[in-house]
Order: sequence, then structure tokens, then C-alpha cells
Amino acid sequence: MRDLELARIRSRKISAAFFYGLIILATVLSISILFIIIYHIFVSGVGALDFDFFTKIPKPYGEAGGGIAPAILGTLIMLLLAALIAIPIGVATAIFIVEYGETKLATSVRFAVELLAELPSIVVGIFIWALVVRNLTGYSGFAGSLALAVIMIPIIARSVEEILKLVPDTLREAALALGTPRWKVVLFIVIPTVLPGMFTSIMLAVARAAGETAPLLLTSLGNAFFNFNLRRPMAAMPLQIYSYAISPYDDWHKKAWGATLLLIAIIGILSGAVKYFTRRWNHESR
Amino acid sequence: MKKLAIIMVGALMFGGFVFAQGGNDGVSAKTSGPSEAKELTGAGATFPAVLYSKWFSEYNKLTGVQVNYQSIGSGGGIKSINDMTVDFGASDGIMTDEQLAAAKGGEIVHIPTTIGAVVPTYNIPELANSQETLKFTPETISGIFLGDIKTWNDPKLVADNPSLKNVSKDIVVAHRSDGSGTTNIFTSYLKAVSESWAQKVGAGNSVQWPVGLGGKGNEGVAGVVKQTPYSIGYVELAYANQNKLPAGQVKNKSGKFVTANLKSASLAAQGVALPDDMKVMLVNSGNPDAFPIVGFTWLLVYTKQTDAAKAPAVTRMLWWAIHDGEQYCEALDYAPLPADAVKKAEALIKKITINGKQALPADLSK
Amino acid sequence: MKKPWMVLLQKPRPSKETSPGRLPLIKDPGDRVFSVIIGSASVFVIVLLSAFVLLLFYDSLESIGRFGLTFISGSAWNPVETKLNPVSFGALPFIFGTIVTSAVALILATPLAIGSALFIVEYAPLWLGKIVSFIIELLVAIPSVAYGIWGLFVLVPFMRGTVEPALQTILGPIPVLGALVEGTPIGQDLLTGSVILAIMILPTILSVSREILQNVPRLQKEGMLALGATKWEVLTGAVLPYARGGIVGGAMLGLARAIGETMAVTMVIGNSSTKISPSLLTPGYTIASAIANQFTEADSAVYFSAIVELGLLLLLVASVFNILAHFLTQYILKGGDARHA
Repeated sequence: MRDLELARIRSRKISAAFFYGLIILATVLSISILFIIIYHIFVSGVGALDFDFFTKIPKPYGEAGGGIAPAILGTLIMLLLAALIAIPIGVATAIFIVEYGETKLATSVRFAVELLAELPSIVVGIFIWALVVRNLTGYSGFAGSLALAVIMIPIIARSVEEILKLVPDTLREAALALGTPRWKVVLFIVIPTVLPGMFTSIMLAVARAAGETAPLLLTSLGNAFFNFNLRRPMAAMPLQIYSYAISPYDDWHKKAWGATLLLIAIIGILSGAVKYFTRRWNHESR
Repeated sequence: MKKLAIIMVGALMFGGFVFAQGGNDGVSAKTSGPSEAKELTGAGATFPAVLYSKWFSEYNKLTGVQVNYQSIGSGGGIKSINDMTVDFGASDGIMTDEQLAAAKGGEIVHIPTTIGAVVPTYNIPELANSQETLKFTPETISGIFLGDIKTWNDPKLVADNPSLKNVSKDIVVAHRSDGSGTTNIFTSYLKAVSESWAQKVGAGNSVQWPVGLGGKGNEGVAGVVKQTPYSIGYVELAYANQNKLPAGQVKNKSGKFVTANLKSASLAAQGVALPDDMKVMLVNSGNPDAFPIVGFTWLLVYTKQTDAAKAPAVTRMLWWAIHDGEQYCEALDYAPLPADAVKKAEALIKKITINGKQALPADLSK
Repeated sequence: MKKPWMVLLQKPRPSKETSPGRLPLIKDPGDRVFSVIIGSASVFVIVLLSAFVLLLFYDSLESIGRFGLTFISGSAWNPVETKLNPVSFGALPFIFGTIVTSAVALILATPLAIGSALFIVEYAPLWLGKIVSFIIELLVAIPSVAYGIWGLFVLVPFMRGTVEPALQTILGPIPVLGALVEGTPIGQDLLTGSVILAIMILPTILSVSREILQNVPRLQKEGMLALGATKWEVLTGAVLPYARGGIVGGAMLGLARAIGETMAVTMVIGNSSTKISPSLLTPGYTIASAIANQFTEADSAVYFSAIVELGLLLLLVASVFNILAHFLTQYILKGGDARHA
């Protein structure tokens, strides 16, 4: 009998070890994917990052050289405008949900934000095309910014909401007890407490919007020249990556990798800078 | 906190500045008029995109005018000009009546700009260093794209190409995934030479391909062929040349195997009666030395222009394209417009009006 | 000249009414302005969403009216009227492609995600768990088009040259499974699309699973351990059954994300929808990639309407899965399975 028991225990232990092995395998696989992708992007893209890449406009088909400067510029401009539109709306919505939270209106707004966050980005592109491109401006950087803003608003709203909820009610009540009107409590007491967190949310939304391609395909179209005019089509980095990658030209492929590396670097820097400044802020004000 | 405020104010100011950019900005032009638009947007065919990108780069150096051309396919060009989301469209497929009826701004003219050849291009590793290009006949091309001929060493192919005898791999077909004038030219040719194709598939900007992978634009198809071993696709000649992809010879109506180049493409237009509206296909030419899969490509413009600054800029650009632009065709293996085509094109450009008056700037319409 | 002690001289005011919100109502003119501004921004969000759905609906009316249910059941997507084929828009090939790629992506990603989550929560020391989850969740930051270019230039040749022929030799002879891998390995096909999607939804499923697993009550686990169970038996007996619902919710969230993915898929999936075949090695379309490829050129009114209807379809399906997922995860996180309470 004892042998049977021992045998059973052994087989159970073997099972446990086997599945542990599988779990380790799954984890290792999951971790390596990231490294593999980053490795390829770095190795294939770093060679493209020369001075011309950052400063020149694209050359005609088939000619080597030139750069993707219009695309870098276009991305920055459209992100900036999108942020200017999305930040006030997103933050205001989050404030509303948190500070006026128990009203029916607030629950509907919360629900609307959730749904907006889940919109496939290509569908956002269709919407902005139908609303703005078709009737107002034709293909334009402005339409592109609007599409990016629609994508950023729910991201900002959701994360700022989480952050505002972390502010203890005692803080608000203390301020109110001293006679501060509600709006001052929100603007001058609650918000300054969470400013670094808000900053993080905004940067994350910007980082996400920086990589969006599908909506821009239908709204800002792309531009081979430097363009500051938002009423005309504008180039953008993800758009450039897409059209260069599916083309047959080796030079363009290299530039596409380079642009991908640059994009990832920008996203990385944004997220990293946020963490750094947040830590500094926290250290300074405590 | 203060740093943040400064950054935000700066951003707001920058945003305001950027958005305040009105219609034109001041790049002084050498040859364009003071009240003409300095920026134009066009979209459409990928077929001539190689040429157009060269053209508009040179035009910009010459006049300072930025003509932003985005190659999204002829289907895209037609839709964009119909919806008036661009200043001009481009297509190598003639607009159907239904498409013309959908044009928001009224009548559209087809201004021919150049002639190009659609070639079968392929990627067979064994033949990578071969000097000879494969020979295709109407039967083999239609067979391949119908999915009837499945392997490279099919007897029908080997009959004309002994070098394929030992290539037993399956053929991977590549076609256009978007609405394409190149497809239009290619399928019109197939429809003309293959009863079976006309029955099963037909011709147009978009068709139901029996087999194959889709690529977006001529660029996409060339990309697929370049990266997929044992594949075959159809692209405008310039794409094959620029990417060192082989361009197959095709047997023309007279029974001769012709290589596509500037000369054999130009010959396809010879002897063809050109209608005034220039809407004519050039496939399956009777000329004994002509390449059989050839076509015009057009720029699509409204006759009744609505923007007083853009109308002269567009017509000036069109005028330049059909005259000075033709010098760039040869190096890229596009065929320049024959003289009679240029005359018809001039007449069409002169039809373009703004506020009832001819849009072509006075210094050009002598 | 207000002095602090003057507070003592003020008459006590009657207690103020409290609003339903977190803060009591103080009547200050600034408040009105503030609440109007905040309120209108929030209402704007609702208006935006409604405008979205309404506009999509309005623009797809023509297609809905003309094709009705055959839009979903028909498989002929024919924008061009020819003698042989009348204009018809049956989106079944796109729907099929979406379902297949998302399902296979789930099958590939979920075991990896659960396995990694188990490692992070149950096996690894805290510092290691944090690092591992940080690394895997970094995958979320990579934009879709970056996945696309990596997929096109690295994954596709790898699939075409190594994985797909291997699958064909292994599975080919097996009767039913063999049909899944029929056809010439091209690399740009439904299978590669699924693999890319799997990579993209892995972090989503992982982060939800991780949170759920962290919330499993210790009592359960310790009870089983006290009875002499091995670690694995604790997992299968106490942890996973409890976390089941939440993990399903996480998988649904991943599914919803996979359905809406456009760029990465479009660059590796082959973009051809001729036949609905059981083989994963055929090129295909998903609803999202069909829209991306065809939207800019939908020249006739009915073609455009059909594409917008595709967008509406996508929106509805993605929303349904998202709502389901949220309910599941919220339920688990808040109360959990009542049986084990």
C-alpha cells in the first residue's frame, strides 16, 4: 500500500513539474517576442537614420536618397493639434464623471467614454471622412488631427478618471469646509495634486495616437512636400511607413524600418520622460 | 508648474500659428502668376505614379508650386475627384457613365498624359541570372490568371520557354487588391484575347480574381512579386524596370513576341483614331511591332472649376505636363504622347473654365 | 480687514443641502460657469458617440436597404457590374476572415498569456514578476504599423519558408487537420494574420489574467496546500476555477481588440477574398483590412454604402465583445464566484 501511495505522490510531483515547465516555456516565449521585434526594428532601421532622413523631402520613385522630413513634421503637428483638442475635452469629462459622479448623466457619460475607447480606429477614420473630408476640407491635416483627437479623448478621460478617484475625499471636504467654492476646489486643489498623473495619461494618449495609421489613410492622405497648412493633406510617419513597406523599392524599405525605429523611439521617450518627470515632481513636492 | 505653463502656452501659440495658415504660403514662383494657388492636391493611378513623382518634383523646382500627388489607385482617383476631396484625379481606366454621373461638380474631362505598358513580371529564383525573359501568349497569361495553369513547368509554358522545364513549383499569382486602371488595361486585354476570360471574369477596375494574392497599387504588386518566390503579377513597365524585375515578352496580335519598351508602347497608339474626348483603349494593337498591353493614362479635371486661385494653377500644370513633361517620359520607359494626342489634349484643357471664362492663363493660350 | 478670529463672530448658517454629487452645493457664480463648461464637454462626448453611430448608420442605409441580410450571408463581393456578375456585396468572406484570424489568434495567445500570468503571480518572486509583466506589457506600446512591417519582412518569409512547410508535413497526412494546411505556402495568409494578432492581443489577455489571479483569496490556496496538494493541483483546483470567468473576460477583451486591428493584419494577410476555403494557408481579408483597402476608392454610391456598412458591422461586433468582457471582469473583480465565497 505504501508503495502505491509513494508512486501516486511521485506521479503528482512529476505532473506538477511538467506543467511548471510549460508555464516557464510560455513565459519565456512571451518575453522573447518583444526582444525579437525590437531587435529587428533596431537592426534594420538604424542604418537609415542619417542627416538627410531627418531633413529632406522624399525623392521621386526609384531615386535613392531624400528623407521623410515632411512625415516627421506632419506627425508632430497633427499630434499637437489633436492633443490641444483632446486634452480639455478628456480632462473635463473625467472631472465631470468623478466630481458629479452619482447623477444619471454621469453614468451615461462614463458609458459613452467606454464605447468610444473601443472604437476600431479605421471606423473613426470613416466617421471623420464622412463628416469633415467629404464636406469641409477635402483630405487635410485638420481632418487627420480630428481623427487622432477622437481616439485620444477616451484614453485621456479614462485614465484621468482613475487618477481623480485616487484623491481622497477628505481633501475635498477640508477645502469645502473652509468655504472654497466647488470649482476652486477642483481646479486649484484636486487637480494640482494629480498633475503628474494627468501628465502621464496625456503622454500615453499621445504615444498611442502617434502610431495610428488607419484613420490617417482616410483623412490626411499624405504629402510629398513640407506642409504647414492644415487645410491640405499632410504626411505622417505611420502613413509613410505603410506606403514604403508595401512598395518594391529597397531604399524605401530601409527608410520604412528607420521610420519605425524613430516612431518606437519617440513613443519610448515620451513614456520614459513621463516616468522621470513624475518621479522628480513627487520628490520635489513632498 | 511654471515650466509646464510655459510649455502649454507655447504649444497653444504654435497651434494657433499653424492653423492660421491660410490658402497659400509665400514661395515665390518663377513662372506662375501671383494669384494662382501654390499648392495642389491630386490622387489616383499608381500606373503613372513613377512619372508623376518625377514630374511634380521637377515642376516644384521650376515654379515653386507644390503638386502633392498621392498614388491610391485609379479607383481612388475617380472617387476623390467625384467627391471633390482633391483638385484633380488620375486614372488609367476610363470613367464609366455611372461614375461620371456621381461626380459632384459636373462634367469631367480626361486629359491624357502619357502612354504606358503593362507587363507580366515574375520572380523565379532559378532564372534570376538569365538574360532571356519569359515568353507569354494570350493562352498562357489567361490560363495562369484563371488558375488553370498551376505550375511553372506546365507544358503550355514550357512550349515557349524551355528553361522552365525543371521548375516544378506552383505559380503564385499576384493581382491588385484595390480599384486599378492597370487592372482595367490588363483585363481589357485579356477580355479581347481570351473567350474564357471574357466569360468568367470580364474587365474593369476591379474584378473577381479566381486566384492569387492582392497587393495595393502597382507598388504593392511589385512588392509581392519581388518578395515571393515563384510568383507572377502584372505591373506598369517602370515598376519592373526600377526594381530589376524581369518584364515578360508577350505575343501580340500579329503573332510576334514583343518586349515592352518606349518604342513598342508608342507603336500601339499609331494608327488609332483618337476621339476628341480621348477616351480610348489601346490594347491588342494591330501594329506588328506593338506591345499588346498598352494604355493611356489620364488626369481627371472638372470643366467647371470653382476655385479662382486653383483653376489657373491646375491648367498651367496640365499644359506643362503635356508639353514640357513629356521629356521625362523616355528615361522612365513611358511613351510620350504622339502629336495628335497632344493636340486633342490641348483642346480639352482649353475647355476648362472658371466663372465662365477660360481657366488657362493668358500667357499660355496663345 | 478680515482677521481669522472674526470667524467666531459669524452667525452659524443653516446646514446646506447636498447635491447627489460628491461635493455639497455652494452657491458661487463660478460654480455655475464651471459646471456648465464641464457638463458641456461631457455631453459633447455623448453627442460625439451618437453622431458617430448615426452617421455610419445613415451612410449604410442604401446598402442595408438593397442587400439586407444577404450582406452577411452572401459571398460575392462584386463592385463592378459586368455581364456575368451583377453588382452585389456579400461580406461573408470578410466576416469569415475576421472570425478565423481572431479565433486562431485567441487559441495561440490565451495559453501563453495564462501561462505567463501564472508565472508572474504564483511562481515568481515579486521583483521578477514585476519585470516580466512590464516587458510583456510593453508589447502594447508598439504601434500596429510596426507590427505590420515586422510581420511583412520577418514573419512572412519565416512562415513561408519554415513554419508552413513544417505544418504541412506534420498535419498534411491527418484527414481533417490536413485540410487546414492545404495549398502552396505563400506566407501572406490567414495563418500569418492570426499569428500577428496573437502577439498583439497577448499583453491584453495577460494583464487582465494577472489582475484576476492576484485577486484569488489566499484562503482557498492555503487550504489546499494544508491538505498536501502540489502547486499545480492548487492552481487547477482552487485558483483557475475561481479565475475562470475573469480570464474569459480577458480573452474577450483580446478578441475585441483583434477584431478591430487593421494595419498589421492588412500587411500580412494577402488581401484576396476569392473563396472561403478551410485552409489557413490561403490569403484572405478581414472586415477591417477590407475597409482599409477599399474605402478610398468606393466610387459608386452603393459601393461606398457597403463599405460603411462593413464599418458599422465592425463597430457593433467589437462593442458587443467589449461590453461582455467588461461585465465578466467587473463581476469577478468585485464579487467573484459566489460558490467559493
